[in-house]
Amino acid sequence: MDGILFTKISKSIQYLYSILIVGFVAIICHYALPFLDYRIVALILLLAVSIIAAMFDILPVLLAAALSALTWDYFFIPPYYRLQVASTEDAVLILMYFVIALLNGVLTYRIRKYEKALVLKEEKANTIKLYNTLLNSLSHELRTPIATILGASDNLLTQSTKLSDENKTELVSEISKASLRLNHQVENLLNMSRLESGIIKPHYDWCDINELIYTVVKQIEETKVEQKIAVKIDPQIPFFKLDKGMLEQILYNLINNACLYTPANSLIRIDADCKSESLQLIVEDNGFGFPQEEISAVFGKFYRLKNSKTGGTGLGLSIIKGYVEALSGKVFLQNVETHGARFTINIPAETSYLNNLKNE
Amino acid sequence: MNRAEILVIDDELPIRKLLEITLQSNDYSVRQAATAKEGILQVANHPPDMVILDLGLPDEDGHSVLKKLREWYVKPIIILSVQSSEDDIVKALDNGANDYLVKPFRTGELLARIRSLLRSRNDSEETSAIITLSELQIDFSNRVVKRNNEVLKLTPTEYSLLILFVKNEGKVLTHHFILREIWGPGYMSESQYLRVFIAQLRKKIEKDPNRPELIQTESGVGYRFAFNE
Repeated sequence: MDGILFTKISKSIQYLYSILIVGFVAIICHYALPFLDYRIVALILLLAVSIIAAMFDILPVLLAAALSALTWDYFFIPPYYRLQVASTEDAVLILMYFVIALLNGVLTYRIRKYEKALVLKEEKANTIKLYNTLLNSLSHELRTPIATILGASDNLLTQSTKLSDENKTELVSEISKASLRLNHQVENLLNMSRLESGIIKPHYDWCDINELIYTVVKQIEETKVEQKIAVKIDPQIPFFKLDKGMLEQILYNLINNACLYTPANSLIRIDADCKSESLQLIVEDNGFGFPQEEISAVFGKFYRLKNSKTGGTGLGLSIIKGYVEALSGKVFLQNVETHGARFTINIPAETSYLNNLKNE
Repeated sequence: MNRAEILVIDDELPIRKLLEITLQSNDYSVRQAATAKEGILQVANHPPDMVILDLGLPDEDGHSVLKKLREWYVKPIIILSVQSSEDDIVKALDNGANDYLVKPFRTGELLARIRSLLRSRNDSEETSAIITLSELQIDFSNRVVKRNNEVLKLTPTEYSLLILFVKNEGKVLTHHFILREIWGPGYMSESQYLRVFIAQLRKKIEKDPNRPELIQTESGVGYRFAFNE
């Protein structure tokens, strides 16, 4: 992989390095000549050319090959300091050396090029795969509510005389639910693209964690979830200087996710604490937990558990991670020993205990 | 009471249609304008009781329309916009909007805001010394606040804060506005004071301070004082 790294060095410097390396090796060999046969020197020079071939572009490599062949001929093959060669054997040797050095350079370069193309191809395949996953989950998540809205409104428009009042109400409430779902998905996509583009910059201000958590819990409870939500906040918790909007998004997505993937009547516990100048938020449920081997992957974009039910775009957890990281925090997921999943979030922040002072 | 007249300035026909049906079926009379120019002209020629203004108009930026209207028009203006960033909301409120709703919005929510804005206008015309808001009773002349007939011990700052809310009932007050009104211009960035006093006031006047009904939080923007009739 060094090859890819070194090709970033500019061409002229590559030529310079090629000459320097060959020269350096030649000088060392020159001093070692009393102990070495000149044929061994050829092998050592060949080694140097191989190393250059592994690092640099084709032209500097060819230069090194040619230069090393001349160097060997000029300095090492008797008679010394002449390009002529005394014996036929040496003539064959120098010719072979030249061919091998060139072949070596060209072949190594080709292999590297091929490897690079392979990596690119793989990246492209991954992108396409990701794109397909996105399209599949998106088309499902967006089309289902649209289908509901279209179907229900068609019914209301064309069959309004045949429908019972009860059915009409039912259809209208389906339209309403589908619109909410659509809105939530659009919101998620917008958030994701804002996070990706790096437009979102935290807007730091003092946050009352109590107020924040109960605001989010109220929002969730208004959607009539079937789970119970229990809140536990350290009564001495200070104010944190953080982005309130982002914290709300994090918490909302965590609780919403827990509600989506746990059975009815599960208990979702929210725990907030101040741990060494950091805000620690824990959201824990007593649902099924996550398959151990998939825990490390769940925060990836568009990742969906292998056996998950339909619905969901796989964006929720990656949005959480995006926001937590935008606030320079960390998010962990582990399974609870008994049952369920526990998300722990740590976000370092300035704190203020002003709220606990007895004022006035 | 006459039917209140509401002018809707929005370039989207479906939204105007939706608002027309919603408002008419709730006994308001509705007028419409599709452009900023037409809207300003209508307000000037025949001022309505309330304006509902979209920020994304084709011919002029909604924020500047709002500023122009506020040069002479004093009745409530509600902003209805797809822009959901806190900056936009705060900017509109600072420019004199009474309220801000993000599209998509729930009609129930919109109607509640309209009712409360129109009501607070009626209230302010009669200056009574004692007012009753559900469980709260406020005696302005004696500076006494009672909850379920029990006198609440409020500090001077808490009292000022409560009065500021009551006077602006139904309206979103931005953090900056409250800080300036209560603590003065020098404290406009000291938002933690505000958090402290809001929390304390809630403990005294709310049934459940964790699930406040009177002082509602408008995330990243400010607070709104509201009570259910």
